[in-house]
Amino acid sequence: MPTDFRRSRRTGRDPLAAVVLLLFVVFFVLPVLWLLLAATKTDDQLVHTNPLSFGSWHALRGNWDALTGYQGDTIFLWLRNSAVYAFIALAITLVVAVPAGYALALTDFPGRHTLLIATLVVMLMPSATLVVPLFLEMNAVHLIGSMWSVILPYAFYPFGVYLAYIYFSTAIPRSLLEAARLDGCSEFGTFRRIALPLATPVVALVGFFSFVANWTNYFLPYVLLPQSNQFPVQVGLGTLLDDVPQFNPTVGSLAVERPELALATLLAITPVLVVFLFSQRFLVAGMLAGATKD
Amino acid sequence: MSTVANTVGSERAARRRLRPVRAGHGFVAAYVVLLIAFGVVPTVYAIYFAFTNAGNTFSGLSNFTDAADDFRFLPAVEHVGLYLVFWLASLVVFVVGLALLLHRLAARGVSRALRFLYYVPGALAGAASVMVWLFMLDPTVSPVGFLLRALGFSTFNDVVAPGNLPVLFTLMAFWTGAGGWIVVMYGALNNIPTEVLEAARIDGANAWQTARRIQIPLLRKWIVYMVILAFAGGTQLFVEPQLLSQASVGVAGRDYSLNQLSYDFAFQTNNVNAAAAISVELLLVGLIVATVFVARSGFFDAD
Repeated sequence: MPTDFRRSRRTGRDPLAAVVLLLFVVFFVLPVLWLLLAATKTDDQLVHTNPLSFGSWHALRGNWDALTGYQGDTIFLWLRNSAVYAFIALAITLVVAVPAGYALALTDFPGRHTLLIATLVVMLMPSATLVVPLFLEMNAVHLIGSMWSVILPYAFYPFGVYLAYIYFSTAIPRSLLEAARLDGCSEFGTFRRIALPLATPVVALVGFFSFVANWTNYFLPYVLLPQSNQFPVQVGLGTLLDDVPQFNPTVGSLAVERPELALATLLAITPVLVVFLFSQRFLVAGMLAGATKD
Repeated sequence: MSTVANTVGSERAARRRLRPVRAGHGFVAAYVVLLIAFGVVPTVYAIYFAFTNAGNTFSGLSNFTDAADDFRFLPAVEHVGLYLVFWLASLVVFVVGLALLLHRLAARGVSRALRFLYYVPGALAGAASVMVWLFMLDPTVSPVGFLLRALGFSTFNDVVAPGNLPVLFTLMAFWTGAGGWIVVMYGALNNIPTEVLEAARIDGANAWQTARRIQIPLLRKWIVYMVILAFAGGTQLFVEPQLLSQASVGVAGRDYSLNQLSYDFAFQTNNVNAAAAISVELLLVGLIVATVFVARSGFFDAD
């Protein structure tokens, strides 16, 4: 019967539902579409032509040259910074979170329960709560302005530990580990030979969420990295915005035109967008992580 | 022979019981270091600063009263509160509504494609979404300029008038965040056994009755989860008003939220103690919300 259900529960079409769903498609997609097209226009075309028309390859080229010319390739430096911060933090997160999730799920040690509760609580707290306190701490240890002042806080990723914990407690039966231990495997050997080879899905999952969170973070680098040449691209967008005359009339010769800002925004989101396109499966699994322990 | 074997066996068993203890610590050691360095220490540090003055002597609640007496403090609380009302209401109504509609779609492929399209703006979280919305809200370049003009806004500054800000920040937050929650709600709807819905159908329940009497009650804990996380995140409002204030030369969004105020105290007026006081208040909100949720919801079965 359940197989018939999907068909049988729908009796006829529901035009109102279709309209609502489509309206929201427009709401979610239109701004992205506009952004793609805006990068192909001159500022004049942006104002005077149809907002959803294609400009020209020539204008796109012009915007590209103007943007990359801004403070001499700064946009590439910012993108590089973003990549460096996000990937180093991601690597540390994986090395730290996968064994920790494994130990929380499949071994016993004093303090395990406390650590698990602490992880859940910290995971649910918005990361922004700690930005100003982190500034005070980093200031005390003279790390302000060092790239480690953002990488290390990024690398602390309790949600990743939780995902690994959920994964290992559902994917690997304790009896399997028991058998490995009986066969004389050391604890580390058990982890390396049994858990690690099975960990690929959770590595991808933690990697996805960690990368997206690090790449899109604004507040922490904004506070901890005062120098323009250290900005990740998110903070760099704010600098560009300051030089757009339509938003800041006091701009002098540095002026950034609006289509350049649109192009910079596109460049800033491309890595995350690409990751999205290739890992839809992961994000569904990750967002539903809480449900698997029902 | 058998006694020897037994002794060896029990020795082994004892080692087995002991070994995981040490090894478990080894596996979590690095994580615990990070947890202490970037979770516990900054919290302690903020508390220390919040209760001392510039001369590092204990100052009671004076930093808290200093911060609260600032003319921008109460408005910031009001702003964040109002924003939360709009943000949470829109999440509950539209996320649940859209998830229910998507779940009724017979065409699985269409449903999946729509969920993905709704999720795409999530890639623009942070500063990127603010950039996009600055354009969307500027009647001269916006693809919905006609709509803005129909509502009586002819310039960007009309649109970002102070009274509109809670709605505008809600639009930005909803645009980037709702898709993820729709995916979650859809998944939760899929977990409802089809027999239950089938039974309702046989009893003659229509779609609306099924949603109201069966699906929404069964979604309740997920809705609570969403509201709690969105509430905690919403109190941290920063990037949207900060960039908007840049884009409007300080006209709209300056010192709008508590985090901005904390930032201002720390970096404009060099009063790190008042900044820490606000941070401690925000930390406390986050901590209480998270702890109550972990303890009471039964959501996380932390054995």
